[in-house]
Amino acid sequence: MTSLLIRGGRLIDPSQNLDRTGDLLIRDGVIAGAGDVAGHADEVIEAEGLIVSPGLIDLHAALRDPGDEEDETTYTGTAAALAGGFSSIACLPDTTPAIDNRAAAEFAILQAARARNCHVYPLGAVTKSLKGEELAEMGQLVDGGAVGFSDGKHPLHNAEIMRRALEYSRMFDRPIFNFPEVEELSRSGVMHEGYYSTLLGLRGMPAAAESIMVGRDLALAEMTDGKLHVTTITVTNSVKQIQQAKEAGVKVTCSVTPHHLTLDDSTLQSFDSAFKVNPPLRSRDHIDSLIRGLKDGTIDAISSDHQPYSIEKKRNELDQAPFGIAGLETVLPICIQSLIDPGHLSWLQLIDKLSTRPAAILGLSKGTLKENSTADITLIDPHVEWTIDPKQFFSRGRNTPFEGWTVKGRAHTVIVGGEVRYYLGQIASRINPAV
Amino acid sequence: MSTERPSRVWNRKHILGLEELSAEEITQILDQAAEFKQQTKEGVLKLNSLRGKVVANLFFEPSTRTRTSFGLAAKRLSADTVDFSPSGSSLSKGETFIDTAKNIEAMGVDQVVVRHMTPGAPHLLSKHLKASVLNAGDGTHEHPTQALLDIFTIREQKGTLEGLTVTLVGDILHSRVARSNIWGLKKLGARVIVCGPSTLIPRDITQLGVEISYDLDAVLPETDCVNLLRVQFERQRSAFFPSIREYAHLFGLNTERASRGKEGMVVLAPGPINRGVELSTEVADGPHSVVLDQVTNGLLVRMSCLYLLNQYQDRQAERGDS
Repeated sequence: MTSLLIRGGRLIDPSQNLDRTGDLLIRDGVIAGAGDVAGHADEVIEAEGLIVSPGLIDLHAALRDPGDEEDETTYTGTAAALAGGFSSIACLPDTTPAIDNRAAAEFAILQAARARNCHVYPLGAVTKSLKGEELAEMGQLVDGGAVGFSDGKHPLHNAEIMRRALEYSRMFDRPIFNFPEVEELSRSGVMHEGYYSTLLGLRGMPAAAESIMVGRDLALAEMTDGKLHVTTITVTNSVKQIQQAKEAGVKVTCSVTPHHLTLDDSTLQSFDSAFKVNPPLRSRDHIDSLIRGLKDGTIDAISSDHQPYSIEKKRNELDQAPFGIAGLETVLPICIQSLIDPGHLSWLQLIDKLSTRPAAILGLSKGTLKENSTADITLIDPHVEWTIDPKQFFSRGRNTPFEGWTVKGRAHTVIVGGEVRYYLGQIASRINPAV
Repeated sequence: MSTERPSRVWNRKHILGLEELSAEEITQILDQAAEFKQQTKEGVLKLNSLRGKVVANLFFEPSTRTRTSFGLAAKRLSADTVDFSPSGSSLSKGETFIDTAKNIEAMGVDQVVVRHMTPGAPHLLSKHLKASVLNAGDGTHEHPTQALLDIFTIREQKGTLEGLTVTLVGDILHSRVARSNIWGLKKLGARVIVCGPSTLIPRDITQLGVEISYDLDAVLPETDCVNLLRVQFERQRSAFFPSIREYAHLFGLNTERASRGKEGMVVLAPGPINRGVELSTEVADGPHSVVLDQVTNGLLVRMSCLYLLNQYQDRQAERGDS
């Protein structure tokens, strides 16, 4: 029997609509009590001034392992997740080879167990080799630990395949994540199509390239009664269509990234590839729609869409550089700046979108401080000021558009299954690999 | 037009586009070019301004005219020049663009003239090099020296840009020449109309203060200068118009159309021209055409840019010494 008491923090648990000051007791890896907890504990963490949240859960992170270890490994990616406050992440199957079979899913979980950082739940491929042609063995993938299905950044362009995927995955009650993009409309584009793409002479990716695919997928989800998760939406018309579909009872959820809530397409005037991301940074009116969608609940979750790349790949001409932002370590401060400080969301709502809702989307019994649930806990210091320096990242990806920003708030402690895995900038597995 | 020696001080390390230049700076470049033109007329063909300096021409995209023009401009100012084009060199060995440029710079280069297929590539270089960077065309973004020579030629013909109507015809979407021209012309007080197939005119272009027309015949009677942009077949990822025949039918400038232009309308074309597409042979070689003046003026404008950037560097060096 080991016990850990987190004393005097602000307990926030969206699953119980709880926001109060109190203690949290962890015993043998599970939550033993919250609120006014008395009695002995082996270890105590003083949490005054800190937020005590269910461990954050990321829905969409690339770990690049195996195949592109120069960009990220399971060890570095999960360390970055801890530093960002995440106790669990869903990893993308777009590795080389892809996670399109049971052995590959089990390898992802094994690598995470070796790393001993955070939990990793693989998203299995929807189609073999992510080619969009034939369904992957979804049943086998579920047996190997896959919690949902995705072809990563490859949109499922074939409507027939998407239909069958939504139908077939119903047997396992797992969602299909689709990246909404009509490739014919956005091919060889590097940024949002609009005034700034015209100004800069950069090829545009129109908003309609996203919303057309969202509309198609919603119609297929309605027809099949399958579970659809639309990843990283960025445009007004996507929000509108999803809102209508939810009202009509379609089983759809969706997510956004912090960078799409914070940066607009004018940033490309720097020609800096740190701002090159897919979907592209949109114009201000779209950003306003996303914030409205978060407030009214149309948008369920916020995910990092962590896309790490080595410096030599990213530091290239704009059309040669790959799309993506290494986002895991900056989610919290950017959300605080863009959502909490302006008063768009309360802390209860933000943690819902970073923990409780993602758990529900992935079918995990997490995202809660209820008694007897797994002790995945994140302590957040909401006030600490720091400057984002990619050289300090745990991730191998240094590609952030937020370099040099002075921000507020970061993870203080991350507890995974009752063990302190991250504490004030230190990764436990790095201090003592045997832990 | 002023021919006296300009006493203004040039305060920029790089020339990356006309977007960031002020009307005064553009005028300074044009005036300096005019001075070179006067000196040429007086028989002064070679100047010593850049003696001992090295200008590197880095052309990552094929070019004959611009490269030749820059090379000659540097030589007229007595600079040493090195030419670099990627075929058969280290780019094919996997070296990055920045490393290639840094290696060439390390040989002692003062100014880098760069052409690249990617918008922003010269801007990227300017952040990594100590040398001055002169944009010789970056993808579909800007081509400042081409616009400067177009504007110089117009000013030469019409005396001023103020109040003129200039119509840019053709593929605006893929044209760096159009973007640079729009910035420069607007700053100097001209009215700009862009005219071409609706698939090749981005609707947001109006935010740059230009008017859009799809009917060349309708705008010619108000047009003082028409600039016929080349149809950029190589930049189009899909069909933007049904056929070249139809393009020439709707937007090609032939004698009959040219006769509808405003009295004294000047015809420019940045070239290389596709005879029979953007303009007919009669118009290209006709009395309204200033196509060859443009080429001559291109040399002077490029000399002017190299000269002013060098002036900036010399001043910085003096400051460093004192």
